[in-house]
Amino acid sequence: MGKRVLLIEDEPNIIEAISFILSRDGWSVATHANGHDAVDKVTAHAPDLLILDVMLPGKSGFEILRELREAEPTRGLPVLMLTARGQTKDREMAERAGVSRFMTKPFSNADVLDAVRELVAV
Amino acid sequence: MAPLNILIAVCLIYVAFLFVVAFAAERAAMRGRGGWLRSPVVYTLSLSIYCTAWTFYGAVGYAARSGLEYLTIYIGPSLVMFGWWWVLRRLVRIGRSQRITSIADMISSRYGKSNMLAVGVTVLAVIGTTPYIALQLQSVTLSFEVFSDVQAAGQTAPDHGATALWVAVGLSFFTILFGTRNLDVNERHHGVVMAIAVEAVVKLFALLAVGVFVVWGVAGGMSETLARIDASEIGTWQMAGGRWAGLIFLSAAAFLCLPRMFQVLVVENDNESHLRTASWAFPAYVMVMSLFVVPIAVMGLEILPEGANPDLFVLTLPLATGQEALAMLSFLGGFSSATSMVIVAAIALSTMVSNHIVMPIWLRATGGGAMVSGDVRHVVILSRRVSIAGVVGLGYLYFRFSGGGTALASIGLIAFAGVSQFLPVLIGGLFWRGATRVGAFCGLSVGFVIWVYALLLPSFGAGVILPADLMAEGPFGLGWLRPEAFFGIAGMDPLIHAILWSISLNTLAFFVGSLVSFPSPLERLQGAQFVNIFEHSSRPQSWAGGKAQAEDLMVMAQRIIGAREAQALFESEARKQGMSGVLPEPNARFLDVLERELAGSVGTATAHAMIGQITGGASVSVEDLMAVANETAQIMEHSSQLEAKSEELARTARQLRQANEKLTQISVQKDAFLSQISHELRTPMTSIRAFSEILREDGLGAGARDKYATIIHDEAIRLTRLLDDLLDLSVLENGQVSLREQSADLGTVLDHAIATALTGVSGPVIRIRRDRAAEAIRLHTDPGRLAQVFINLIGNAQKYCDAEAPVLTIEVRRAGGRVVVDFIDNGKGIATDAQGMVFEKFARVSSAHRAGGAGLGLAICREIMLRLGGSVSYLPGQGGAAFRVELPASGSMAAQ
Repeated sequence: MGKRVLLIEDEPNIIEAISFILSRDGWSVATHANGHDAVDKVTAHAPDLLILDVMLPGKSGFEILRELREAEPTRGLPVLMLTARGQTKDREMAERAGVSRFMTKPFSNADVLDAVRELVAV
Repeated sequence: MAPLNILIAVCLIYVAFLFVVAFAAERAAMRGRGGWLRSPVVYTLSLSIYCTAWTFYGAVGYAARSGLEYLTIYIGPSLVMFGWWWVLRRLVRIGRSQRITSIADMISSRYGKSNMLAVGVTVLAVIGTTPYIALQLQSVTLSFEVFSDVQAAGQTAPDHGATALWVAVGLSFFTILFGTRNLDVNERHHGVVMAIAVEAVVKLFALLAVGVFVVWGVAGGMSETLARIDASEIGTWQMAGGRWAGLIFLSAAAFLCLPRMFQVLVVENDNESHLRTASWAFPAYVMVMSLFVVPIAVMGLEILPEGANPDLFVLTLPLATGQEALAMLSFLGGFSSATSMVIVAAIALSTMVSNHIVMPIWLRATGGGAMVSGDVRHVVILSRRVSIAGVVGLGYLYFRFSGGGTALASIGLIAFAGVSQFLPVLIGGLFWRGATRVGAFCGLSVGFVIWVYALLLPSFGAGVILPADLMAEGPFGLGWLRPEAFFGIAGMDPLIHAILWSISLNTLAFFVGSLVSFPSPLERLQGAQFVNIFEHSSRPQSWAGGKAQAEDLMVMAQRIIGAREAQALFESEARKQGMSGVLPEPNARFLDVLERELAGSVGTATAHAMIGQITGGASVSVEDLMAVANETAQIMEHSSQLEAKSEELARTARQLRQANEKLTQISVQKDAFLSQISHELRTPMTSIRAFSEILREDGLGAGARDKYATIIHDEAIRLTRLLDDLLDLSVLENGQVSLREQSADLGTVLDHAIATALTGVSGPVIRIRRDRAAEAIRLHTDPGRLAQVFINLIGNAQKYCDAEAPVLTIEVRRAGGRVVVDFIDNGKGIATDAQGMVFEKFARVSSAHRAGGAGLGLAICREIMLRLGGSVSYLPGQGGAAFRVELPASGSMAAQ
């Protein structure tokens, strides 16, 4: 069984796309579609990697990330942040919050796969 | 026998002597060496003007006719003096602190400085005093005649009227000379007071001399005299209690109210402590004056032939016994009594007439105020002089036309009764704060009318002025209104009857009038000052001072008191303040001094107002109060304007703050707009790119390939829709939209909109509740655009209504010239703080993406409705989400 990836994303088509790409590469992909209980979900699921959207219903990706970095179990969890808001300030916010990798949508499937592999390998 | 010429010469010498005395006193006072002028003895002697020729000669006559009753005339004033602590002290304190110049001034000052009241009192005083002056002229004339009677027939008897005229002219001249030599502070006339003090000594000495002569020279000693008194009718006269009490009351009242008595008692008073001396010295003086009245009367009746006028016993007794020098002295005593009374009465009345009648009229006629051009001083002095001549002239005319006969004899008490009408108002004003101007008017009017009707007119005799049948049966046959028997109470002494009714009804009217009227603020203020005089400081409100322009004050003072006097005053005040130059610092003390100085010329109220006008200090004159009131009104108006302005400013600031907040929000939104557009465009792009990359790879099943192609297709459509919305909004916002207006039925538009909005909806469809009857409204509009709005609202309800059984109610109604379409669902509605934002671009209230829209729908709706001449707004408080679309019923479009 491959390493586990948790995808938190509210756009069904994007969930479908990323799940397809990662599953085909041998990753075990779980998904979650809102921000409210995202932190609990992460803690409970304890994935090897978290792929996080920014614009989520209930709680923004930045907030979720900050909370994860404050909690002991998830302090070092690799987090790949994907966002359609591609401005510089968003990247800076993500980095301050403790993101492992930041990518803007639309992305190349190969880039996402490379990033996931790198983050989990490290 | 004394030749008439000698008599005239003696008179002239005596008058010249009085001139010298008065002049010396004035000089001494001006040089500030007049300390002796202000002694309690002089004050007491000046009060003796109460003893006029009527008492000097008449007391004996009175005693000869009515026994000891003449004493009542002395007992009343003596009681007033004994009780000085209660009334006189109060009067004097108020007179000094309020700078009162006359009894009219006193009464008007108490009742709100009402000049009307002052005029009334002045008129009453003139009416009450004129017969009295006539009486003095008569006594002097009679005494002249006595001398001419006993003269040898070789000389022509002096003309009756001519003597009186010469006396009147002489008295006027003397009074004018010393009464108006200058306009003194507080109306003090040192020269005149000194002269009448000397006259008081002369008349006392003369009466004593005659008395001593009669008792020891004629009757033959004290015991002999007493025996003769016992033997005479006088000894057997009974005293009538009621009449005595009435007369004592009357004389006491007159003592307080007579203008001339008020002048010497209050106005000329230099020091309150003089009252203490006068309280025993004056009764002593009148006691001595009355000491020999009865012996003279008894001896006169005994020695002189039957029918001799007892009023002239004082003169005729010495003459009959050959004592010409004594007769001359007696004549001078009577002359003194008459002249001193006329002089003081003329001064007092002229002050009243000038201050309360002439000056107000003159000031009004010339434009009024302190700033009249010319020298007010001349006008004041002139009006005083004319008034003096007028008052004495009136007395002379009265004497001439009353015939100078016995009618005058009774006039003394009648005059007393007249001026006594001031008593209730005067005393009430001193002790009762509730007394008002209206009450004073009522009391004085009632008292005066009754006095005229019940006493003055009948005194001329039935049929002279009042018809005899009116006297006997009352006016119009109303018996209870008979002048001498009110309410049918006949048989009373006419004098007592009149006093009783006039004073009691006067008091009643005064009391009732005061109770039913409200005092003005100034009356209240003055009332409090009068009643609580001993609680207040001894001076009225001081000037705040400081702001006054010394130069302006100087200009005004020069006009009123004369240039030289004003300059001297200012210079000496400046010196006292240690200032060089002629202008003193206009401090409170100096303004007080100046006001007192001016008050002597123009009266207290006017002086106060004049200084008030220049200094702008606090004042209580009517004009100043009016000015203050006006100013206050202006300030209030200003402040209310300011308040309105500041309110307006606050409102503007609030609006600006709101606008700024909104701008900030909009700016944040604008800023977020690009970010939003970026996000809205990138999200479908992401799916499209991801799946197209997947599709390019091999090894996909046909089902997956088909599915992913569909996703790419749908996302492309979503992108297109977003771009359409953006373009649509842009066009609407720029006003470049072209509307296709046509006639349309509202119900049909709704049908179309509902069908479109709910077509292709997955899941439960919201139930729509409509009232088709209400929807039957013809519109002239762009039905496509209107439907777009409806579709949006219905679509939102379908998407966001979170009720278990979602229902959307569409209510249509006409309101005025507009058609209102409400869309109300049964969900939770929109949070209050978000309601204002829903029409902004990308303002998706719920961040749930299930809406699928880009958050531009309501913004587009708003723009459309604006173009259609209507509006769309959120309706708070409807339970669920509620939107109201309004559009013109006529279908008339907005300008664009």
